[in-house]
Amino acid sequence: MLLTIDLGLIIEKLVLIIVVVMSSLVIAMYATYAERKVAAVMQDRIGPNRAGPFGLFQPLADGLKLFFKEEIIPNFSSKFLFILGPSLAMLTAMMTSAVIPWGDTITLFGREIHLQIADINIGILYVFGVVSMGVYGIMIGAWASNNKFSLMGGLRAASQIISYELAMGIALIALLMVTGTLSLKAMVVGQMDGIWNVIKQPLGFVIFIICVFAECNRTPFDLAEAENELIGGYHTEYSSMKLGFYLFAEYINMFVSSAVMVSLFFGGYDIPFLNDAHAVETYGQNWMAVWHIIMFLGKSFFFVYFFMWVRWTIPRFRYDQLMNLGWKKLLPLALINMLVTGAVILYFTTK
Amino acid sequence: MQALTSRAKPVDRRPMSLLERAYLPAIFKGMSITFGHMFKKAPTIRYPEQTRPFSPVFRGLHILNRDEQGRENCTACGLCAVACPAEAITMEAAERKAGEENLYREEKYAAKYEINMLRCIFCGLCEEACPKDAIYLSETFAPANFQRKGFIYSKDDLLIPNPVTEPEAYAKAKGGRVAVK
Repeated sequence: MLLTIDLGLIIEKLVLIIVVVMSSLVIAMYATYAERKVAAVMQDRIGPNRAGPFGLFQPLADGLKLFFKEEIIPNFSSKFLFILGPSLAMLTAMMTSAVIPWGDTITLFGREIHLQIADINIGILYVFGVVSMGVYGIMIGAWASNNKFSLMGGLRAASQIISYELAMGIALIALLMVTGTLSLKAMVVGQMDGIWNVIKQPLGFVIFIICVFAECNRTPFDLAEAENELIGGYHTEYSSMKLGFYLFAEYINMFVSSAVMVSLFFGGYDIPFLNDAHAVETYGQNWMAVWHIIMFLGKSFFFVYFFMWVRWTIPRFRYDQLMNLGWKKLLPLALINMLVTGAVILYFTTK
Repeated sequence: MQALTSRAKPVDRRPMSLLERAYLPAIFKGMSITFGHMFKKAPTIRYPEQTRPFSPVFRGLHILNRDEQGRENCTACGLCAVACPAEAITMEAAERKAGEENLYREEKYAAKYEINMLRCIFCGLCEEACPKDAIYLSETFAPANFQRKGFIYSKDDLLIPNPVTEPEAYAKAKGGRVAVK
């Protein structure tokens, strides 16, 4: 029968989902700590060091504080949407991680387990779809707050994300022409056999990473929350754990987009200069998968660090500069990149 | 127009070159600067555990001194109160009774001695005015209290521990400060 449900598969996927969600939550938690430490070190300070050794319990204390804060829902807000906003932001942030290939397969209890929640053949389109839904969380929350500053923040977020999504998508089309697949897993496998996509598409990568910064609302594109202009931007009216959700979603987004970037351009879980087929024979498949996961996380953490590094270096764009950069620079560049890539591919394939 | 100072510098208003307009080189330059700062030592002093060394003439909270036998030096002459520009010091004198020779060095002593730490400006003039070496400014600082009345320090708060019975506490209260004389 076609609809026979394999119970093992359901359990396997459930466990994988729980592991991925939990670990991305923990990573996001410690990303807040890392952000403060990186900021401190770059500014010749020490950073949080009071809670536990090296301040390692600081994120726990922060989380606890957020839970115990008074939860304020403004009288003039639309209550349902006000609560929907942060939930949606969090949900979309978590959903993206479904198509990321964290590693190759492992064999446990006689089952082949793919370390990817869903290997769908349109993986990259799924990522796009979910990421662009992320702005709804911000927009809905901002609009439902019924506050001028929130609305300004929400408007900025919406227009910024729509503008940068175009350049991002076109930069990716060039990449798709090179790889010839939409599945993230297939892309990673392709890069393991050949060279990393960043070498084939350097300009595409630069455009992509700039757009990712904009999509994640990170400095220098953090106009949506611009503290010194808009109080708190879209989350001005939020308090307690609802604010925590927004802040948390930002860090999860950061981690997940780093992971997407790694799988698209930096070979995913590929270990550079290592013959995988040979290594699998010597270490065994399961140990190899562990090394792959470590490699993947290492690369992703580098990009998370990169996000922070940029944040503590570059000041925020002005709004018109943001729009100029998006529409007048990145979009034409991405188009040229796409045309040149297409021309080169056509030239080599027809010869 | 003539420049007002000799420090004025001409501003380069030439249009930006292509490389400058590309913005990315400038970003990488900035990022290399911030990256370099990662390897610099933070000049932080972790306050409660570490303290900054004081200057030898640091002026902190007052102490009322005793002599080597543990007798109070103060004779309630009032010169410190007169010298005080903030009018923070008040005192009441009393006569030493027979049998109190081990408590007070001379025949007159301060029965009540109060300094309002909210008025005090820590100028050290009381210390300079004192003919009996009775009042000193110590290295203790940052008094904290929940109420204003807690900042009016009475004799109990000000008096240094007895050097005969509690030599360690005495040395700690006295500190390494050099009095201006």
